Amino acid sequence: MLKIKELHASIENKEILRGVNLDLKAGEVHAIMGPNGSGKSTLASVLIGRDGYDVSGSVTYEGQDLLALSPEERAAAGVFLAFQHPVEIPGVGNMYFMRTALNSLRRQRGQEELDAVDFLALAQERMKLVEMDQTFMSRSVNEGFSGGEKKRNEILQMAILEPKLAILDETDSGLDIDALRVVASGVNALRSEGRTMLVITHHQRLLDYIVPDFVHVMAAGQIVHSGDKDLALELEANGYAGLTPRSARVGASV
Amino acid sequence: MTAEKVPVRAAGGVLADLSPKRDGHDLGWLAEARLNALEWVGKNGFPSRKDEDWKYTALDEILAVPFVAAGAGPGRRATLDLINKAAIDLGGPRLVFVNGHFSPEFSRLTGLPSGAVVTTLAAVLATSPDRLKPFLGHTPGEHHAFAAFNDVFAEDGAFIHLTNDTIVDDPIQLVFFSETEGVPLMTSPRSVIIADSGSRATIVETYAGFPGDVYCTNVVTEVVLAENARIEHYKVQNEPTTAFHLALLEVRQARNSQFASRSVMLGSSVARHEIRVLLGGVEAEVSLDGIYLPQGEQVHDNTIFVDHVAANCTSHQLYKGVLDDHGHGVFNGHIMVRHGADGTDANQKNKNLLLSDRAQVDTRPRLEIYTDDVKCTHGAAVGQMDDEALLYLRTRGLPLESARGLLVYAFVQEMVDRIELEPLRASLEALVSTRFGTAAHRAQQ
Ligand SMILES: Nc1ncnc2c1ncn2[C@@H]1O[C@H](COP(=O)(O)OP(=O)(O)O)[C@@H](O)[C@H]1O
Ligand SMILES: [Mg+2]
Repeated sequence: MLKIKELHASIENKEILRGVNLDLKAGEVHAIMGPNGSGKSTLASVLIGRDGYDVSGSVTYEGQDLLALSPEERAAAGVFLAFQHPVEIPGVGNMYFMRTALNSLRRQRGQEELDAVDFLALAQERMKLVEMDQTFMSRSVNEGFSGGEKKRNEILQMAILEPKLAILDETDSGLDIDALRVVASGVNALRSEGRTMLVITHHQRLLDYIVPDFVHVMAAGQIVHSGDKDLALELEANGYAGLTPRSARVGASV
Repeated sequence: MTAEKVPVRAAGGVLADLSPKRDGHDLGWLAEARLNALEWVGKNGFPSRKDEDWKYTALDEILAVPFVAAGAGPGRRATLDLINKAAIDLGGPRLVFVNGHFSPEFSRLTGLPSGAVVTTLAAVLATSPDRLKPFLGHTPGEHHAFAAFNDVFAEDGAFIHLTNDTIVDDPIQLVFFSETEGVPLMTSPRSVIIADSGSRATIVETYAGFPGDVYCTNVVTEVVLAENARIEHYKVQNEPTTAFHLALLEVRQARNSQFASRSVMLGSSVARHEIRVLLGGVEAEVSLDGIYLPQGEQVHDNTIFVDHVAANCTSHQLYKGVLDDHGHGVFNGHIMVRHGADGTDANQKNKNLLLSDRAQVDTRPRLEIYTDDVKCTHGAAVGQMDDEALLYLRTRGLPLESARGLLVYAFVQEMVDRIELEPLRASLEALVSTRFGTAAHRAQQ
């Protein structure tokens, strides 16, 4: 469903992604681990269409050239990013925001829009997944939310927008263990055959809760290792330095 | 229509052609006041950018038009339909003025409690002109040439007198509609609002006109609040972009009175809304809010002077501007805290969102303090569209234009939310969101 080939991205002549190759099949959960600054968020940014990068290589998503689409077209095609740093939008109500988002997607897909009543019912049901209460819906988007609340709000959006490809960027950062459990169980509830996930983290801890089918290690803008979930444990034990380049290449999909 | 030519050019030679048009109709004191005002302009001329209060707004465009003072007589193209479109009917008392003159056929004066006199300046001039002596008779041209011109030409406007403890529940609507059929009129509405002790009312002024008409609204509204009186004043300026709008709202407050002004500036080519508030009695409160949304080549100037004379008064100002295209916004807010105004609590905030590289804003919050025991804050901010928020919305599926519209709307939302009159709020919400090219965005549910 997503095929990334020799993806390069640079910004202001600084090359950040230096030839990324990845192949994700429908329904799979892939984790990308790697030290800070290795290019994980940049990969996510390029996939959702943030501008400012010089990009080469190819990204094929369900047979289409993903790089040719605008961010909103990618969203309509089912791509979603749970931001590492969710944005605060003062003056825009969270509930209104999510309903507008869902209806924008539905409109682009030629589906009927949901009215406020139907949307409320849907939102209330999905809020349970991340144990969020209604008061967050009447506040401005992310404004004054704690780090953990922002992350929950991201997963709530994912639950409402029902993407086909969900990229989660450091969704575990800033979460205490209880919040991590809540968020992870929300994510797990959203795993399905038709939904592919790319889980970015630099902590093995998250992968105890969201168990991936494949684990990739990114360093200096490249995928340097790929393996199954045990690769994460190996990393935990030996650190990134303990791996020799591409020595642990397992993973049928790479 | 007995219109005289009023070539509003640099004061001097042209003033010979000018004389107050009501010659012979006015009482001695009034005729004299009008002449004094005219002479004042002759002596002092028009403000220029050298004047502190006119620094940012060029008047050349206005001074270049050979305006003609508007006389009475209905504008032929003004219809109730057009007027209702320009100013949503709030259902209560409603005074409609066409080209600055009262138009009974479009107006309604029902539903008023017995303690409220709501009539026109023309009616008072005809029956008991001396009541206007404290207003039309005051030192003419105290502030500037345009206020003086209003002194010279003012014939009509609203006259509202709330006697002690009178409470008017329904908003009193004043609609000023201009339609000038190719003649560049200068209208000079003058409204007087007197709120006696403990009285309360809400006043809504709307300015609009026939699209494409060239005219200048040169309006003065005076509000006098006795102790414990409360007035809420709304102003919607939505003149066509071919028109000019110069306004002075002058407020005098006695002890423990409360005045609130909410201004929405949408229209005009060059518009200036000047507010002067005198806090003359202890514990008076004033709050002044406004939004201005210049686009195209529009200039929107907000000039404010709050004069803390008495002790323990409070003043708040919050103005927000959204500036697009080549639009130019001005916030020139001046707070004066005089010697003896101890316990003053004053703040002033101005925030601007620039949507284009060519848009411009001059923001100048000023505090002048002559006493120690005060709490004063002021601040100004100029920012651009938050790209990160824009991307965030787009990744959630909002097309670029809706995402921009939503963010702009969110910026002014808090101001619109302060409008407590529900139908007015809804109509302004629609106006503002149309302005930003988006469907009505009610960003807070
Ligand atoms: N806008 C930018 N301009 C310059 N350098 C950037 C920019 N964004 C990211 N980088 C750099 O690219 C590298 C990778 O960043 P990032 O993708 O955020 O890493 P990760 O998410 O793996 O921590 C870092 O060295 C970072 O400083
Ligand atoms: Mg990152």
